[in-house]
Amino acid sequence: MKSATSEQSLIPPASNRQLSTQSDQEVLVRVDGVSKKFCRSLKKSLWYGVKDILSEFNPFSSTVQGDGLRQGEFWSVNDVSFELRRGECLGLIGRNGAGKTTLLKMLNGLIKPDRGRIEMRGRVGALIALGAGFNPILTGRENIYVNGAVLGLSKRKIDAKIEGIIDFADIREFIDSPVQNYSSGMQVRLGFAVATALEPDILLLDEVLAVGDAAFRAKCYNKIGEMQRRAAVIFVSHSMQQISQVCSSILYLRAGQTKWLGDVPHGVAAYMCENAQSSAGGERTRSIQLPVQSALLMFTPTNLHFGECLTARLELKLESAMPDSSIRIPFYNPEGLVVAEWNSKRAGIRVDLVAGKNSLEIKLGPLHLGPGTYEIALVLNDATGVFLPFWSLKQHSFIVQGNIVGSCEYQIPHLDFHVSREPQWKL
Amino acid sequence: MFRDLWASRELAWRIFVRDISSQYRQTFLGYVWAFLPPLISSVTFIFLNSQGIIQVTGTGIPYPAFALMGTLLWQVFMDALQSPIQSTAQAKPMLAKINFPREAILLAGSYLVGLNFMIRLVLLIIVMLWWQVIPGIGLALFIPAVIALFTCGLAIGLILAPIASLYGDVSRAISIITQFWMLLTPVVYPPLTTGLAGTLVAWNPVSPLIVTARESLTNQPFTMLPQFFIVFGASVVLLFIAWFVYRVAMPHIIVRLGG
Repeated sequence: MKSATSEQSLIPPASNRQLSTQSDQEVLVRVDGVSKKFCRSLKKSLWYGVKDILSEFNPFSSTVQGDGLRQGEFWSVNDVSFELRRGECLGLIGRNGAGKTTLLKMLNGLIKPDRGRIEMRGRVGALIALGAGFNPILTGRENIYVNGAVLGLSKRKIDAKIEGIIDFADIREFIDSPVQNYSSGMQVRLGFAVATALEPDILLLDEVLAVGDAAFRAKCYNKIGEMQRRAAVIFVSHSMQQISQVCSSILYLRAGQTKWLGDVPHGVAAYMCENAQSSAGGERTRSIQLPVQSALLMFTPTNLHFGECLTARLELKLESAMPDSSIRIPFYNPEGLVVAEWNSKRAGIRVDLVAGKNSLEIKLGPLHLGPGTYEIALVLNDATGVFLPFWSLKQHSFIVQGNIVGSCEYQIPHLDFHVSREPQWKL
Repeated sequence: MFRDLWASRELAWRIFVRDISSQYRQTFLGYVWAFLPPLISSVTFIFLNSQGIIQVTGTGIPYPAFALMGTLLWQVFMDALQSPIQSTAQAKPMLAKINFPREAILLAGSYLVGLNFMIRLVLLIIVMLWWQVIPGIGLALFIPAVIALFTCGLAIGLILAPIASLYGDVSRAISIITQFWMLLTPVVYPPLTTGLAGTLVAWNPVSPLIVTARESLTNQPFTMLPQFFIVFGASVVLLFIAWFVYRVAMPHIIVRLGG
């Protein structure tokens, strides 16, 4: 794993990449060398807690900002720094226990860092746990008022927004029945709808969308994308697909330490490598280091008509050969759903990549896709199926021009069309 | 601090309404539970007294009325003492996951104490009508006395709340200690002036509050007025200190409790 500073940029910004790194945008979140220690033993932890509280009131005590670890303690978050501007979305990834939630809690002001500084500008909306304020006995409507008040909305504001909240959560039939009768997905919807009604400047999301069904998740991404234009978003997820769809940069934590801070494909790749390594049970020691030294991905043209072709060009420089790999090119609609895909395995093509330079050109088409904007990604899998994603929906997209005909993006081409007055077949 | 308190009033009201409406929906007897604890404990003493097992004299008014008043007032103190600890414990999941003014849960708990007092007030009025206890001009001091009882209880409860939410020992200890405390306070007997009991009454911060509150109702001369104001003042000061400590301690507690 290369360090964040020495890494050369593998994916050059495409022409239509969202300009998320504009320097004139205001910085909303600034995290500077933040650390937090935790204790494994409950008894000790409680006792340290008492000590910490007491030392808050002791002006001569220096242990509040203590650098040293006491017995049984470890750094849950260790020296993490980043900045986030309005319009940016940071994906927070890492395995369970890597410190993601702890970091979010510090950002939300629930707990204080032991070292370092956090600056937050503007209104913070956090979905660290959905429905934390829900009372199971009360109805959905009553809970909207309670939960809204907990999140800082006044009654008048909730009155104005309640219809929108109910519509977004799509639970109008159940709104006057107790929340204990709701399914977990319905609770998530309600919680998300209330929290996004806040219109925060900074939005913190902690793996909350995993429960909802696909349609609602797509709706949520749209909402997040919409909020992202006027807010800074920090998003925790274990789904790399979600991360790739939503985020503009990635912070990858391992055991509390920053393993990657930067562009999405590399963060995702590094994380996938770690996962692949540990799921192999340590027998196969795969190199975490990507064999990819540099990559250039281009899709042309970015503007086409129904039935035209699209060309993908990939320039890869590899450190070592990748025999028998495969390539997948998924097409996403604006809701983030895959509507079409090209797969080298389906096409029966074996992709053998050699060490050094590889130049690939894939002509796709004719594309029977209706008018609209499509986002495209390219996923490279090695022979064992570990994928090295050169994808980010934010990076590559194209527009199909023309009139909207039909309701589905993908239109099946026909081979023959025949009208006859006489029935030619019988039941 | 005060801005947070002001900001939390609406939320506190919401939580309060949520708590009582959900409480109401899941109990059969409903607000009978607000009457029962003081009723039962005073009935015990009324029985013991009427059977001559314990002799309490010098009450000035019929003993059942005296004992009921005492326990009702003591219950205000007890409710206020337990309120911050209970509300913090109940709101734990919310505290660990949402950043909102922490004052809201304390305020909501205080509303609940107030509501319970209002309900018991009905019982108190019935008791006074039944035994024909007629309050005099001293009644003016009844409301301040109740507020003093509430403040004193809340201050003690609030200062214990941070430790109580870390260690379960505190809540357990409180339930034992308060039983003794009630017996050491002139709740079901008039204040003594001599002997060990007299010393204990003199140094017990709750006794002037209870005694003064009851005297205000029964048109009797005030016997512990200076002590009453000292304890009242000290309680207010302690309440502010406890509030500040609570605010500072809260992030540390959330760390230790986790999500």
